Amino acid sequence: MKAVCWMGKKKMEVQRVDDPTILNPRDCIVKITSTAICGSDLHLYDGYVPTMEKGDILGHEFMGEVVEVGPKVERLKIGDRVVVPFTIACGGCSHCRRQEWSCCDNTNPNAWIAEKMLGYSGAGIYGYSHMMGGYAGGQAQYARVPFADVGPIKIESDLPDEKVLFLSDIFPTGYMAAENCEIQPGRSVVAVWGCGPVGQFAIRSAFLLGAAKVIAIDREPERLRMAESAGAITVNDEEGDVSERVRWLTGGRGPDAAIDAVGMEAHGSAYDAVKQTLKLEQDRAFVLRQAMRSVRKAGNLSVPGVYSGFVDKVPMGAVMNKAVTMKTGQTHMQKYMRPLLKLIEDRKIDPSFVITHRVPLSKAPKAYEMFAEKKKGCIKVVLDPAA
Amino acid sequence: MPTLVRSKPRGSAPAPARARSRSTIVVPGNEGVKVVRACTIRKPAAELCSFWRRFENLAQIIEHPVTIVAHSETESRWSVSAPGKNRAEWSATIINDKPNELIAWRSLEGADVPNAGSVRFEAAPGDEGTEVTVSFEYNPPGGKLGAFLSKMTGEEAGQQVTEALRRFKALMEAGEIPTTEGQPVGEPQRSKMKKKGGKP
Ligand SMILES: NC(=O)c1ccc[n+]([C@@H]2O[C@H](COP(=O)([O-])OP(=O)(O)OC[C@H]3O[C@@H](n4cnc5c(N)ncnc54)[C@H](O)[C@@H]3O)[C@@H](O)[C@H]2O)c1
Ligand SMILES: [Zn+2]
Ligand SMILES: [Zn+2]
Repeated sequence: MKAVCWMGKKKMEVQRVDDPTILNPRDCIVKITSTAICGSDLHLYDGYVPTMEKGDILGHEFMGEVVEVGPKVERLKIGDRVVVPFTIACGGCSHCRRQEWSCCDNTNPNAWIAEKMLGYSGAGIYGYSHMMGGYAGGQAQYARVPFADVGPIKIESDLPDEKVLFLSDIFPTGYMAAENCEIQPGRSVVAVWGCGPVGQFAIRSAFLLGAAKVIAIDREPERLRMAESAGAITVNDEEGDVSERVRWLTGGRGPDAAIDAVGMEAHGSAYDAVKQTLKLEQDRAFVLRQAMRSVRKAGNLSVPGVYSGFVDKVPMGAVMNKAVTMKTGQTHMQKYMRPLLKLIEDRKIDPSFVITHRVPLSKAPKAYEMFAEKKKGCIKVVLDPAA
Repeated sequence: MPTLVRSKPRGSAPAPARARSRSTIVVPGNEGVKVVRACTIRKPAAELCSFWRRFENLAQIIEHPVTIVAHSETESRWSVSAPGKNRAEWSATIINDKPNELIAWRSLEGADVPNAGSVRFEAAPGDEGTEVTVSFEYNPPGGKLGAFLSKMTGEEAGQQVTEALRRFKALMEAGEIPTTEGQPVGEPQRSKMKKKGGKP
């Protein structure tokens, strides 16, 4: 089959590799019909995620048709149409039972690496470094899906791929980010840093949960426009002090909740860029710091943005003295997929709004470049594995 | 003092296998490598204990290639591959067996690698399941094999036990041990794997 492989910093390559096979009794094989590139993949593309190896198959946002099932799979059968969540969960451990799916104990075969770096290991993730399990990803024509009865959600209606594909990651991610804000319907003001796909879904989810006002911060005109069309007030971070403007846009109180939907590659700080290049700091925490300072007293800070290691100069004084609560994590996917599918079926949201480019899988390397450099108004790329 | 089965700081200590005569000293104090590792498994102690009690089952959770044959209710023969064509072999006997609480074993005389260990099952708080604590110690012998085994410092031996517990937990809670072995992979990893004759 064809698959997108990581070949080093800013080097993606479409290669011919073996087709996946069932390796464990609870596996299934999915023939992929649609797959996307995520902002998280850009951290790999830019070489900031440790424990990648040349030849690793990328991709964690995919859906398709079940073509093979392992002997212990009960819920899925050949021919089922499924969306696959990006975190792999077993369904049997304490974390899975408590709906903390991305913290599953039993799905990272390389848990020892993650333990060395993080203390404890979270769930395995498709195509996201050896530390996160080393699973082959879904920017390919087929994928092996472990714990097939726990992860994939069946799509029984005839909703097209583009409306359900983002149940694989960014819609639940934006939704959980908003949920972590503990929005009071009709009252809460939420500020969202980053208007990439995750930010876009966070903005719409905040409104779905009843936010009175959403302030969206970015510098890309198309992305700000997309945020505006959802009803957000926009702030261009290049046009002056962000914290100041956010403060005056909230009557001097500060937003009730702040969302960092940018993560470790925030731009804006030369200090961090230099330290990150010299490997003195792994993640650029510019937005995180700004959000910590901007959020109101006793407010909520929600961090869907990905960090992989250490950050510098965290204003802990602001967090402590303002009594800020911070919530973060890889998304607990299986908790959100069903209720969000319902929202799509009920036409409360059509996630396809975010797609700007549809590209054959064979052109993935160029698509990565376009998405990373935000060329041609690129916000979200969907790859067609058949082409 | 021989240190066979070490008690955890809290709780009642496992009854030591009576007063030991010299011949029962398996790992003389201060000489062996000792590790204690624990994990929590969301299953009742009875289920976990009965898996462990059949020692041949342990081959499924020990990462290192090992053959375990049970000879009787209490005795088993272990054979572990070592570098080159070496093997380390020993017979083990159960010296303490409290259903659903504790199993302790030690190697018999003539072991290539004298060793002793115990596994303890205790209810975890709330509905977390069972805390499983393994204590294990071994005495690296002389010679080539000994040199290899001595290289396994306490930390490495500890990691082996950690991995065995991790696989035990996955098998019990998830019904299988997670793996990526045999999955597709791109170049240059693919050729490297093929050369090694192994699976990616
Ligand atoms: N928690 C999870 O489970 C999860 C899941 C998916 C993605 N993510 C993470 O969410 C983050 C966003 O993902 P995405 O797909 O939207 O990525 P993206 O790269 O498309 O979007 C990031 C946006 O942040 C903007 N930005 C950069 N610096 C900024 C600054 N200083 N102020 C304001 N905006 C700034 C960029 O212009 C860009 O539009 C990434 O870190 C990604 O890894 C997390
Ligand atoms: Zn993603
Ligand atoms: Zn789990």
